[in-house]
Amino acid sequence: MSGSAIKENVARVLFIIAAAISILAVALICVFLFVNGIPAMATIGVPEFLFGTTWKPTSGIYGIFPMIVGSIYVTAGAILVGVPAGVLTAIFLSRFANERISAILRPGVELLAGIPSVVYGFFGIMVIVPFIRINMTGRGFSLLAAAVLLGIMILPTIITVAKNALDAVPKSYYEGAVALGATHERAVFNVLVPAAFSGIMAAIVLGVGRAIGETMAVVMVAGNQPVIPGSVFDGVRTMTANIVMEMGYAADLHRGALIATGVVLFVFVMLISLLFSAIKKRGEVR
Amino acid sequence: MAKVLRTLVYIGAIVSTAVLAGIVGYILINGVPYLTPQLFEWTYTSENVSLMPALINTLLMAVFALVLALPVGIGAAIYLVEYARSSSRFVRAVRMTTETLQGIPSIIYGLFGLLFFTTMLGWGLSLISGACTLAIMVLPVIMRTAEEALLAVPESYKQGGFALGAGPVRTIFRCVLPSALPGILGGGLLALGRCVGEVAALLFTAGTVAQIPDFAGQGFLALFDSCRTLAVHMYVLSNEGLHMNETYATAVVLLALVVILNAAANFAAKKLKRGI
Amino acid sequence: MEAVEEKMVTPTFIRGAEAHRGEEVQTKMEVRNLDLHYGNFHALKDVTLVFPENEVTALIGPSGCGKSTLLKTLNRMNDLVDGCKVTGAIELDGKDAYKDIDVNDLRRRVGMVFQQPNPFPMSIYDNIAFGPRTHGIKKKDELDVIVEQSLRDAAIWDEVKDRLKKSALGLSGGQQQRLCIARALAVRPEVLLLDESTSALDPISTAKIEELVGQLASKYTVIMVTHNMLQAIRVSTKTAFFLLGEMVEAGDTDTLFTHPQDSRTADYVSGRFG
Repeated sequence: MSGSAIKENVARVLFIIAAAISILAVALICVFLFVNGIPAMATIGVPEFLFGTTWKPTSGIYGIFPMIVGSIYVTAGAILVGVPAGVLTAIFLSRFANERISAILRPGVELLAGIPSVVYGFFGIMVIVPFIRINMTGRGFSLLAAAVLLGIMILPTIITVAKNALDAVPKSYYEGAVALGATHERAVFNVLVPAAFSGIMAAIVLGVGRAIGETMAVVMVAGNQPVIPGSVFDGVRTMTANIVMEMGYAADLHRGALIATGVVLFVFVMLISLLFSAIKKRGEVR
Repeated sequence: MAKVLRTLVYIGAIVSTAVLAGIVGYILINGVPYLTPQLFEWTYTSENVSLMPALINTLLMAVFALVLALPVGIGAAIYLVEYARSSSRFVRAVRMTTETLQGIPSIIYGLFGLLFFTTMLGWGLSLISGACTLAIMVLPVIMRTAEEALLAVPESYKQGGFALGAGPVRTIFRCVLPSALPGILGGGLLALGRCVGEVAALLFTAGTVAQIPDFAGQGFLALFDSCRTLAVHMYVLSNEGLHMNETYATAVVLLALVVILNAAANFAAKKLKRGI
Repeated sequence: MEAVEEKMVTPTFIRGAEAHRGEEVQTKMEVRNLDLHYGNFHALKDVTLVFPENEVTALIGPSGCGKSTLLKTLNRMNDLVDGCKVTGAIELDGKDAYKDIDVNDLRRRVGMVFQQPNPFPMSIYDNIAFGPRTHGIKKKDELDVIVEQSLRDAAIWDEVKDRLKKSALGLSGGQQQRLCIARALAVRPEVLLLDESTSALDPISTAKIEELVGQLASKYTVIMVTHNMLQAIRVSTKTAFFLLGEMVEAGDTDTLFTHPQDSRTADYVSGRFG
């Protein structure tokens, strides 16, 4: 074999190895989570773990149902807050804003997508939590605070993805609607938005994924009581918060239970990303 | 009806803009006045709450993470674009796992880093554990942007290389990579931005020690020192709740860092689109 | 200016005695001294032309001559183009289309079918019902009647009546285009603009649509842009020839193709350029 042929082959193998690293990473993550989490889950008992409503590590009771419900509540709240504003903003940027305004807003939104969650969380502690405590009720550290903050945090994601979907709608749809005498608004809302529906759904699902996985901002404002909240002003603990709050000092079964919480979270996230691919694929078929 | 819809759209846009601008404005107004010189002193004490060590740690951490992730990410992208047939099972597995990595929340990365690097490999809470964890976390970002950048290189460049009798490797490194560089750089900057803002993945891998690892004294072993990055620093400060003004100021620095990195990444990406 | 109007308008649009025995012709739309700029580009130069009611007028000329631009001006679709400036008068039933008629109402009365079929990504029924709903018809039974009538008028009812709730994107190209014609008819327009509406279709679909256009002329004023001279001869009764933004010659289709007045028209219709 000539020198250059060896070089080519070595390079090729190196590139393949590089490509294989992401497979390896996912495999390792799965193995480590499951190997450490599943036995703990088995020891506790799967129904007791998933549907137990009491989380009391000091007494050896590990039920994460409140955290599962907490994650779902917080995420649903974030969607309620973030989706209308985000989708409307995307519609604005895609079809209403003039060149100058969108030239300012677009990069602005992109930059805001990068704001670290601690900064959001800190803003939540300093502004949202006191606002709820003073103007409404409770301590302020609450499901409501977390939902509002997460709703804000997913705005950039939703705006960007939904706007791309709207931008991708063929110009002929708009022209066709306007040529029938439809107003700009009717053409946008009754033709373009339905045409971009799967893309907008994808934006929302992406937002859900981001919201359910968010950790620091939620920990900072949610109050973190491991109980199912009775109202939006009660504190709530998400699965992510459960891990981050106690992982620092947990040992033995407690540690296993936290990792198992991670497993449940992982499964949730995988289901969401499956949903995302399904929606994306459906969009492509159409 | 048209008026109602139009009003709704404007309200939505105004609310989003106001909220996002409000957050940035609020942090700036409350933080900028407290950007004092003592905040930037070399060593951290509970008196000066200096963010300097954390800032240096952030750069160290992010650079280490990128040093690990960039070659892998670029190599993988080269394989996907230049070598692979898209139908093969291996390629599909790579794509699927990359998408999976992209969707995994950072706390899961943190858990994995704790279990694997910190505990199993015995690296403890350390710069290297944190950097490795971050490297995996940003790998999909780098792979995706590098792949896009490589795909954007005109086919003719490649043919030019092959026509001169250059092999694939030489063609890739001489003809393809240079013109994909701005895009790859953009991906690197984006990844850097994520590293800078990350907390959940670092709390249990790099820990919260507010000192710069002692590379001068310990050399290579300093990699195994625990260190807190700026974002972790800010989290700890806001948890303690003792130094609110300094926390605001830290937020300003963090914000500035992330915004500059993302702006640079956008700029690089645009450069690529224009074909330089 | 006066001279141009004199020459173009008066003699050209008195119908052939043969066809209607000297009966007077109503003007449906009229364009006077129309100039149109896209930024610095002068796309239409002092165009004056009338479109008689219930006839098919064809606009012909080489690509880039301004024929499509003129068509899009008639229902103000050019408003959507940045930097497009229009001066001169366009009238529908004697009323200024830019000043006296609401733009959405104008577009309802002057329907348009595009070069590429552009059904909305919704059901066949919803495609047709979109226009009527836009203009305030909400009752189901009323819509049902309009949808059926429009589809019948567009000669596609028999092909789609069993799948009205299916997506319009599942139809063939020719069916999609007839669906788009039906959609345009559903708002009861007075004028129908066809912008090279058969150029993306196969010969069989083209023949169907040409036949359809011939039938539509009894109820509607049809104005069609075509790059296909044979199509103009087959379908239209009036033809106007455009070159470089100018209206060179207009008249009865038969006359224009057999005895063109202008040498440039003669060159074009005999296939010497374009």
